[in-house]
This record gives sequence, structure tokens and C-alpha cells, in this order.
Amino acid sequence: MTFLTALLSGLIFGFGLILSGMANPAKVLGFLDLAGQWDPSLAFVMAGAIAVGSVAFLLARRRTLSFLGGAMHLPTARDIDRRLVAGSLLFGIGWGIAGFCPGPALVALGMAEMKALVFVAAMIAGMIIFEILEHAGATGTKPRAPRRNRT
Amino acid sequence: MTIDWNAFTPWSALAGGILIGLAAAIFVLFNGRIAGISGILGGLLRPPPGDSQWRVAFVLGLLGAPLLYGLPFTLPSPQIDAGYGALVAAGLLVGIGSRYGAGCTSGHGVCGLSRLSPRSAVATAAFMGAGFATVYVLRHLIAA
Repeated sequence: MTFLTALLSGLIFGFGLILSGMANPAKVLGFLDLAGQWDPSLAFVMAGAIAVGSVAFLLARRRTLSFLGGAMHLPTARDIDRRLVAGSLLFGIGWGIAGFCPGPALVALGMAEMKALVFVAAMIAGMIIFEILEHAGATGTKPRAPRRNRT
Repeated sequence: MTIDWNAFTPWSALAGGILIGLAAAIFVLFNGRIAGISGILGGLLRPPPGDSQWRVAFVLGLLGAPLLYGLPFTLPSPQIDAGYGALVAAGLLVGIGSRYGAGCTSGHGVCGLSRLSPRSAVATAAFMGAGFATVYVLRHLIAA
């Protein structure tokens, strides 16, 4: 059952990215280009998503089990540290270069776009590099507790 | 700053955003998980036993979304201007950065801000700021 709800969630997430235009890197870059012809659409996507999401997370916070009876895996990390900021800055630079972040890139890959395939392959390679560095203990002062939810 | 009124699509953006929020809502309420794409995908690289199925399902949903969307509607084709070298560099940065910073636009941006998490607010400010700066440098300093 958790497989089906995860599949449904991924599908609806993807529909949202397509409908909002966020699966299109040119539109995302139009938002990031403050000094050019600015397209504010991405801010409206965030507003719509957060309006619905904030109600859901308010509900989720009060629950000890999910609707399907499983454990709630809500993030426990609170620390605002160098890892968080440096990682987010690197991510933002990559986002600004191509206009792709992970979700839209996977959706564009589903559209059989060759360039999306190249981006996703590089992104997964980046994630593997992170895992190797992390495993070697080279990514920071605080080693990550295994499977702690850090979002 | 001038607003590009021809490109600006407030209603479809808002409607698409509501769908994204709905997806995040289903995921947290039924699966008890944060719909953060970088975490879901990255977690597949070294998953503890029994932790892969829901991740694969979510990713399959994202990959399959355009196929289903294209049945009743016309599927818009993405415009990807970056060259292959830039795509590789961008992909590497997005992969490393989103895992190091423990989240991306979905996990920190949508879910984190919905949870009023100060940590995610800092992350979102950092990657948005870096995104703005990068596009400024590439389009207005280097290309100009």
C-alpha cells in the first residue's frame, strides 16, 4: 500500500511540475533572472504548494502514525551549520546554470529528453560522489547519523 | 526589474503548485515521509533493507507523470538551452550540493517552508540566492 501511495504522490507531484511549467528549465531560469525579463511564476508555484502543504504538515505533526499505520519520519535536524549553507549554495549554482533541480529533471527525463538524461546521470554521479566522501568522513565536522531525516 | 508579462502564467503556476502541495500532503500523511526528491533519490544509493520500495515508487511516479499527462492534454516540451558541458557541471553540483545540504527545492523549499522550519528557510534562501547570482553572472556579466 505504501508503494501505491508513493507512486500516486510522485505522479501528482509530476503533474504539478508539468502544469506549472516548472518542468521547463527556460521558465525556471526566467524566474532566476531578476535583472532581465522576469517571470514571477515560480513564486506562485511555491505559494500554492505551501498553502496546501502547511495544512498537511500541521496535521502530520499531531500524528504518531501515518494514515496507513506506519511510523512518521519527520525531520529532526535543527542545526543551521556550514553543511546546510555550503551544500545549498552549491545546489543553487547548479540550479542556476541549467534551470534543473532534481524533480523537474526526472519529469523531463520521462519526456525522453536527451539533455535531461545527461543532467540526471551527472546528478546521480554527484550523489554517488557525496556518498563516497561521506563514507570516507571527508564532508564535514559532524559525521551523519545513519538514516536520520535531515530535510 | 521588468516583469515579462507574456511568460508570466500565474493561474497555471498556482494550480500546479496546489498539485505539488497535494502530493506532499499525501506523502506525509500516508507514507509519513517528506517529499524531498534529492533525499528520495539519493537514499536509493545506499538503502537499509526494506527502504527502497517507496523510493522507487515515487521516482516512477515522477518519470511516468508526463506519459499520463500527455494522454488527455498536450504535453508541453521543455526548452533546455544549456549545452552538454554545462548540463554535466550543473548535474554534478545539484547532486553533490543537494545531498550535502540535505534537501532541494522540494524538501527544503516546499516541505520545509510548509513546516516553518528555520533550517529549511536558511537553505532555501541560500539556494535561491545562489541561483539568482549564477543567472546574473552567466546572462549579464559573461554573456553581455
